[in-house]
Amino acid sequence: MVDKAHVDRLKQLATDIRRRDLEMVHRARIGHIGGDLSATDILTALYFAVLKVDPAAPAWPERDRFILSKGHCAGALYTTLAEAGFIHLDELRTYMQPNSRLGGHPDRTKMPGVETNTGPLGHGLPVAVGCAHAAKMDGAAWRTFVLTGDGELQEGSNWEAALSAAHYKLDNLTVIVDRNGLQQGDFTERTMHLDPLPDKWTAFGWSVREVNGHDHAALLDTFDQLPFQWGKPNCIIAHTHKGQGVSFMRDRPAWHHRVPTDVELARALQELDGQVVVA
Amino acid sequence: MTELHDCRDAFAQALEDVALHDPRICAVVNDSVGSSKVGDFAKRFPERLINVGIAEQTMVGLAAGLANAGKIPFVCAAACFLTGRALEQIKADVAYSDANVKLCGMSPGMAYGELGPTHHSIEDLAWTRVIANLTVIVPADPVETDQALRVAAETYGPVFLRVSRMPVPVIHDEHYRFAIGRAVQLRPGRDVTLIANGTMVTRALEAADLLVDAGVDARVLNMSTVRPIDRDAIVAAASETGRIVTVEEHSVYGGLGSAVAEVVCTTVPVPMRILGVPGVFAPTGSVTWLLEHFNLTPHGIYAAALELAEIRLAA
Repeated sequence: MVDKAHVDRLKQLATDIRRRDLEMVHRARIGHIGGDLSATDILTALYFAVLKVDPAAPAWPERDRFILSKGHCAGALYTTLAEAGFIHLDELRTYMQPNSRLGGHPDRTKMPGVETNTGPLGHGLPVAVGCAHAAKMDGAAWRTFVLTGDGELQEGSNWEAALSAAHYKLDNLTVIVDRNGLQQGDFTERTMHLDPLPDKWTAFGWSVREVNGHDHAALLDTFDQLPFQWGKPNCIIAHTHKGQGVSFMRDRPAWHHRVPTDVELARALQELDGQVVVA
Repeated sequence: MTELHDCRDAFAQALEDVALHDPRICAVVNDSVGSSKVGDFAKRFPERLINVGIAEQTMVGLAAGLANAGKIPFVCAAACFLTGRALEQIKADVAYSDANVKLCGMSPGMAYGELGPTHHSIEDLAWTRVIANLTVIVPADPVETDQALRVAAETYGPVFLRVSRMPVPVIHDEHYRFAIGRAVQLRPGRDVTLIANGTMVTRALEAADLLVDAGVDARVLNMSTVRPIDRDAIVAAASETGRIVTVEEHSVYGGLGSAVAEVVCTTVPVPMRILGVPGVFAPTGSVTWLLEHFNLTPHGIYAAALELAEIRLAA
């Protein structure tokens, strides 16, 4: 059973991260806020309850690896990493500014806590398979997690990597699919059918769970069950909503990379204030 | 009769050797154990050979993941598929991410002869050398292949190593020391410089011998590193010999010739000839026939150098 106070703290953190992210994107006049908000609860659960990482020693060899395959949602990653202490919160003000470490897509050579440079889609899972494979070669205990978008699964490279992970029995690898049903231009199912998505992963040899990607208790409960089956890589299909937390952004394709106006930001922050958990 | 060698043999031997002394070394292949000659490696180090099947994007991405965890992966695959199919992974996962991955392109150029342009790799140098933070090496013989692999293993950073299949003679002796970014002068000369790499180096040397009879004293440089290019050697060649001929088993667009021309035209502009595949898909034929077809022979190099020399004499 997951502790309620713990879950409440995660909810509070997720709200803080959403607020900072909205302010950051509004300030920079550029970003991918819809997908950021979709992934925020998953990132919060990972960084504050699941991953063994040390913000003071980001290159610690025994750390768990987290790869954000949907690299355009770097805003959510930066705010989460800042909240976790990898960088100072003040640095979020430099997002997208000239020479900032916080560019439009994550850069491991600049930003502590980033494992590989993503941006083009379908790159995270193959790299994650390599990480997990290396841990198996060394008999190491650390684990590898990768967060992909759902539209991103239209890239064939994911399915190459899915074959490899199953073939090499990488039960230390977990892919989390941010299944918000939207991609840049439209709904995934109108653009290129993905369903039945769990069946596809199962057929590729993965052990699959589905979860509400905005329910921290359910996310923690799912992560607690890893590995789902010995000898099989793990797939968590997290059902989410693009723009989650802000009513007028939720499930709207336009908010893939729209920037909120001053009025929209004020409304969004007001809505988030209403979601704050009072302990 | 000069003994000829397939550079993949020296490559495979050196890989086993460095793997024996460094447990971080591993090999990643795309069902290319045989074509990369890593069968013995697989027998000696079965846990360190990862075969992803026919899946080049995952092959390169997975190697970047291995490097993230401290391994030194040597990706061994036919150059045409490694570079053509996985170019974005090479750019983003390896070079831009500064992953310590060694990309080894096997059987490049027109080594696959009759199999045709799908299997020829005459674009790979153009594609790889424009990617930042990627060292591009084209060894000329087994000695240099062996040394380039060892240097790549010992030096942190992304490398593309082009490993020839077409048999070549040994050019370098046991005292030779390969260094990244350093061209080697194989023959002094004052009238023209022949700059070649890979399988074309031995042909450039033969062309220089032919030129002696025509009264032309040709310098020969082995430009085995295409990126970073040896600017000093090129500037010296331009200013001291006044004429440059480049030769490569690659398209004339974007490869060694282009890299040399970029330096020449911005430093000491001199007349050049760029020899290679002239921007076409090759017709059907063996590699030997194709190299003759495109004048990538000692006589073809000789003729181009002589023509250049005459231009200057006329002027």
